[in-house]
Amino acid sequence: MSERRDWQCMRKESRARPTILLVDDDPDHLDMYRELLGQLPSKPRIQTARSGAQAMALLEAEPFRLMICDLRMPRMDGLQVLSIVRRTQPQLPTVALTSVLDEEFRSRAYALGVDLFWQKPASEKEIKMFLECLESLLGREVEGGFRGVQSKSLVDIIQLECLSQSSLLLRITNGKLTGKVWIQEGQVIDAETDGQGGERAFQQILSWQAGHFETLPAEPGRPRAITKPYNGLLLESAQALDERRTPPGAQGPEPSPAAEPAGLSEIEGMEFVLAVPRDETGPRLARGLEDPKRMGAWARLSLNGFRSLGERLRAGPLEQIEALGPQRHVALAGQGDLEFCVGWKPSLAVGQVRTLMKRVLALWAC
Amino acid sequence: MGLLRLFDRPAPVLLPLPSGSFTSDRHGMVLIDTLPSTFPRALLGDIAQQVLRVFREAAEAQLPLAELNIQYASLRITARELRGGALVFLAPQGLAPARWPIPGGPAGTENLRA
Repeated sequence: MSERRDWQCMRKESRARPTILLVDDDPDHLDMYRELLGQLPSKPRIQTARSGAQAMALLEAEPFRLMICDLRMPRMDGLQVLSIVRRTQPQLPTVALTSVLDEEFRSRAYALGVDLFWQKPASEKEIKMFLECLESLLGREVEGGFRGVQSKSLVDIIQLECLSQSSLLLRITNGKLTGKVWIQEGQVIDAETDGQGGERAFQQILSWQAGHFETLPAEPGRPRAITKPYNGLLLESAQALDERRTPPGAQGPEPSPAAEPAGLSEIEGMEFVLAVPRDETGPRLARGLEDPKRMGAWARLSLNGFRSLGERLRAGPLEQIEALGPQRHVALAGQGDLEFCVGWKPSLAVGQVRTLMKRVLALWAC
Repeated sequence: MGLLRLFDRPAPVLLPLPSGSFTSDRHGMVLIDTLPSTFPRALLGDIAQQVLRVFREAAEAQLPLAELNIQYASLRITARELRGGALVFLAPQGLAPARWPIPGGPAGTENLRA
């Protein structure tokens, strides 16, 4: 509990005074850049790492507003570090630094989704420009949006690709969730996300609020599973999303979302997490779920029903329910004043679901 | 005298935890079971109704289910969806699970009595 509070405090502090992570194997460079970055108007706090592994450990330990990484480093080079960071922390802006300007490195770095590729500044003018760019990155709003096209929703991205009659495969990642959308000659022909396909998968992917996307070559041989025109499809999906969102003020003040414990997204096989309050008010958390309201109602009803049955049977407190289905498994359990409903991949055995669910609850209790 | 009457009170009946299985139709009616005859039939009906209700409401929430495992501190209920009805196994925790090594497997069904 105190760790979670510390992390939240650090997040608040990070918003007020940004923290930059500087990664370079050369200690002299680290000292020099620390001094340079200290001149930024936002007066950032600078943390340094001399290796990729150290950088990963620091990123796990506290929130950063920006990461600056040298590309040439022994063992884990900068591109490897940036690739891992892009997957694990898609919202973190990254800057790649290099001493030798190489077009291949530049294109690879941008393909990885770095925000800025910069040759180590040599002159006073270059230093000034570099610092201005960094300050601009630090000032950028990082809430939501898909990386690669800042401030654009996934709907915008798909619309743009369809309008330009593109043929491509969009791979979208949202934490541990991965989705694919096939676009052929300006039409969405299929979508896929863990265990689902077609329109259903497309709607689920569109419900993700943020993440990272990349464009892959088209797959012309892909059979068409979605036959609706893209504009109708997007409209229907947007309407479905709007319907799911409770209009502000319609049911009193919106409950404040529960903070997700660190490490939750690292748990293998998890498809969604839903935490609903027992008394239907207060904080909640829903991630990776199409219809949290409906699922929450089912979870609450099932847990209450079996609790009541347990009392009549005098079987002791209800510990956990595992519900196994062909499309997904779900585990239900209560902890504190929250009811948890967690979705799991159908390939997992019941024992694995039980163990993993206990891990989720343990993380929450920390 | 009042103190002595305390000992005259009937001792609370301890309900033994059920061990066995039963099948229920889609309406919650128990068709066959392997549970002791002392176990209240009404409670069997309650279990069946609750299990069927959860299966039904899960399907309505676009979550088709094939099996439910309900873990209490001292009892495990395993329910398998059976063409709208259910096959339910009750296993007290702490007892040897030799009779039902795999719920629904041959060892569990051969003991079923009409």
